[in-house]
Amino acid sequence: MLLSIKNLHASINGKEILKGVNLEVNKGEVHAIMGPNGTGKSTLASVIAGRDVFDVTEGSVLYKGKNLLALPVEARASEGIFLGFQYPVEIPGVSMTNFMRTAVNEQRKYKGLDPLPAGEFLRLMEEKKKMVEITAKLANRSVNEGFSGGEKKKNEIFQMAMLEPTLSILDETDSGLDIDALRIVANGVNKLRSPENATVVITHYQRLLDYIVPDFVHVLFEGKIVKSGGKELALELEEKGYEWIKDAVI
Amino acid sequence: MATDNNNIINEVTNSEYKYGFVTDIEMDQAPMGLSEDTVRFISAKKNEPEFMLEFRLKAYRKWLEMEEPTWAHLHHPPINYQDIIFYAAPKPKKELASLDEVDPQLIETFNKLGISLEEQKKLSGVAVDAVIDSVSVKTTFTETLSKYGIIFCSFSEAVQNHPDLIKKYMGSVVPYSDNYFATLNSAVFSDGSFCFIPKGVRCPIELSTYFRINAANTGQFERTLIIAEEGAYVSYMEGCTAPQRDENQLHAAIVEIVALQDAEVKYSTVQNWYPGNKKGEGGIYNFVTKRGICKGSNSKISWTQVETGSAITWKYPSVILLGDNSVGEFYSVAVTNNYQQADTGSKMIHLGKNTKSTIISKGISAGFSENSYRGLVKISKNATNSRNYSQCDSLLMGDKCGAHTWPYIRTENSSSIVEHEATTSKISEDQLFYCQQRGISTESAIGLIVNGYAKEVLNKLPMEFAVEAQKLLSISLEGSVG
Ligand SMILES: Nc1ncnc2c1ncn2[C@@H]1O[C@H](COP(=O)(O)OP(=O)(O)OP(=O)(O)O)[C@@H](O)[C@H]1O
Ligand SMILES: [Mg+2]
Repeated sequence: MLLSIKNLHASINGKEILKGVNLEVNKGEVHAIMGPNGTGKSTLASVIAGRDVFDVTEGSVLYKGKNLLALPVEARASEGIFLGFQYPVEIPGVSMTNFMRTAVNEQRKYKGLDPLPAGEFLRLMEEKKKMVEITAKLANRSVNEGFSGGEKKKNEIFQMAMLEPTLSILDETDSGLDIDALRIVANGVNKLRSPENATVVITHYQRLLDYIVPDFVHVLFEGKIVKSGGKELALELEEKGYEWIKDAVI
Repeated sequence: MATDNNNIINEVTNSEYKYGFVTDIEMDQAPMGLSEDTVRFISAKKNEPEFMLEFRLKAYRKWLEMEEPTWAHLHHPPINYQDIIFYAAPKPKKELASLDEVDPQLIETFNKLGISLEEQKKLSGVAVDAVIDSVSVKTTFTETLSKYGIIFCSFSEAVQNHPDLIKKYMGSVVPYSDNYFATLNSAVFSDGSFCFIPKGVRCPIELSTYFRINAANTGQFERTLIIAEEGAYVSYMEGCTAPQRDENQLHAAIVEIVALQDAEVKYSTVQNWYPGNKKGEGGIYNFVTKRGICKGSNSKISWTQVETGSAITWKYPSVILLGDNSVGEFYSVAVTNNYQQADTGSKMIHLGKNTKSTIISKGISAGFSENSYRGLVKISKNATNSRNYSQCDSLLMGDKCGAHTWPYIRTENSSSIVEHEATTSKISEDQLFYCQQRGISTESAIGLIVNGYAKEVLNKLPMEFAVEAQKLLSISLEGSVG
C-alpha cells in the first residue's frame, strides 16, 4: 500500500472541509477524483502535501507505511509526494533553472546524496523539457511569471518529470489546456507511469481520462468520497452530472 | 494556521549574526571624548600638513554649533560624544613591505571573514586596501595600478603624497559644514581610501576596500575620495563585516566622488556591520554621507548598495547632475531584521540639461524592524528635458515590522519627466508552500524568494560581489528551522 487515508477530517479557520475521507492507493495505480466545485478536492491534495493552513482534526494518513501527517511539507516532497497545483504560484526573479536546481539538490540532500553536478543537471533539464515539449525560453524565465494558464500547467508536469515522484497528485492539470497541450501533458504523465509509482488526477472532465486511463474513479462530495468505481463511472458522471449522486447520498 | 507561518518566518528571521568575533591587536588610541585637543591629537598623530589641521578645526568649531538631526524615522538613545574614542590605530611594528609582515592575527581575522589577502591577490585580481581600525594596513596592486597613473591608497597616504589633489577635491562634494555627521567626520576622520583615475584611463581591475571596526568604543570615521578625470572609468567596491559588540558603535563615514567630462564611476557597497542582537542590543550606528558630482558633461555615477547590517542606518547616496547629459543611478537592497532600523534612499539633484537618473530601491523588513525609503528628486529650472525614474518596493516578512516610503519630488521646469512607482508586498504563504512542496526548506525558500525580489539590484553588482551579496541576504534572514 502506498497511501492509506482513513476517516480524514480537516478544517480551515474552524470550518470543516474534509469530513471523513477514505482512500487507498497502491503502486502502479491511477486514481481519478471528480466532484462538484468547492467539495474539497484541492483541500484533500493540500492536506496530503502538508499545507499547514489546514488543521487535521481526525483520522490518519499512512504513506509507505509511515505516518505522513508527522512530516513537514518538504520532507513529504522528498519522500516522493508531488502536487501539481491547480493554481501554480509565481515567484518573481527566480529562474526556473535556479528553482529546479535548488529543489533537485535539496531532495538529494534529504536522501544523503551529493548535489547533482551542474553539467548533469542541465542535461536532465534538457531531457525533461523535451518530454513535455517546453521551449528553452520558458525555462529561463522566472517561475511561472507571466506564463499563460496552459504554460503554467505544462510547467507543473515538467517539474514532476524533473523530480520523479512516487505519488503524484495532479489538481486540474487539464483545465485551461488546448487540445495539443492536453495531449502533451497526458503523454508526459503516461511516460512517467511505472509499476513503482502512482498518480491521482483531480479533474472535472472525462476527456482527460481518455488519455490517462484511470484504474479507479472516485466522487468527492461535501468532504467525503461518496462513490467509487472503474473508468466507466467517469462516463456516467459526464452523462448525468452530479445530481443523481447528490440524490443518492441525501 | 496562518500564525504558524508567521512563527516560521519569525524563527527564520531570528538567526544570530554569524561574523561576530573580536581580534586582539595592540591599540594606539586617542583619549576618550571630543575636544579641540582630540582633533589636534589626531592630526598630529597622522603628521598632517597645516591645511588639514585647519580643515579639521573649522569643521570641529562648526560642529559645536550644530544639532543632531531628528527628522529621520529612527529611534535610539542619545549618543554621548564624550564617551567615544575618536582615534585608534593598530601599532605598526615596522614598515610593511609584504604580506609576511602583516600582523598574523590580522591575517587570521581576514581568513575568518573569508577575505584572505593572498587569495584576493592571487585569484581575483582585486586590489585590496584593507582598513582595520581606521588605518590602512596593507595596499596591494599599487604597482600595477601606478603603471596606468592610477593612485589607489589610504587617505592618509594621499594627504602626505598628493596634497594638491586632496586640497583641490576634499570637501568639494560634501562640504565640511554639510550636515551634523559629515561635519563630525570632517573634524575627526581617521582614514579611508583615495582613488584617482587620470584622464582617459579605464581602471583595469575592480577596486575594493574592506572596512572593519575592531576596537571597543572606537568610533569609525572613514573618509573616501574618488576622482575620475575626463573619460576615465573605475568600478569601486566597498564591503564590510564587523565583530560582535555589546556597546553601540558610532560610524559616520563620508564618500565623495567627482566625475569629470565623459567619466564613469560605479560604486558598490555590501554593508554588513554588526546589527545588534535579537533583542536589539548593541550594533553599529551607521550615519553615512555619500555623494557624487557629475561635474562634466556625459559623465555617470552609479551607487549600488546591499545593506544588511547596522542597528541604525542613515544613508542617502546622492548624485549632483551638473554636467549636461550626465547620468545618476542608485540601486539599493536594504534588509532589516530583529530591531534594526534603516532610513535610506537617494537624492538626485538635476542641474544640467538632459540629465537622467534612476532610483531602484528594494526594502526587506523582518522581525520588529523599521525600513524607510527617503528620497529626493530635484529638477532645477535649467535642467530641461531631464528624466527621473524611481521605483521603491518594500517586502514585509511577518507582521511586526514596518516599511515606509518618503519620496520628495521638486520639479522646476515643465520639459522634464519624473516617474515614481512604489509597491509593498509580503512573502506569501502560497510562494513558501509552493517551494516547500518541491522539497525546498523554508530557509532556502526564503533565500530564493528574497534574492529573486532583489535581483534587479544584485545584477548591478560586480560578479565578485554578487555572489557574496546573495549569500549575505540569505544569511541575514535565515535561522534554525526544524
Ligand atoms: N484558504 C481558505 N480559506 C477559507 N476557505 C477555504 C480556503 N481554502 C478552501 N476553502 C473552502 O473550502 C472548500 C473546498 O475548497 P476546495 O478548493 O478544496 O474545493 P475543490 O473541490 O477543489 O473545488 P474546485 O473544483 O472549484 O477546484 C470551499 O468551500 C472553499 O471555499
Ligand atoms: Mg480545486
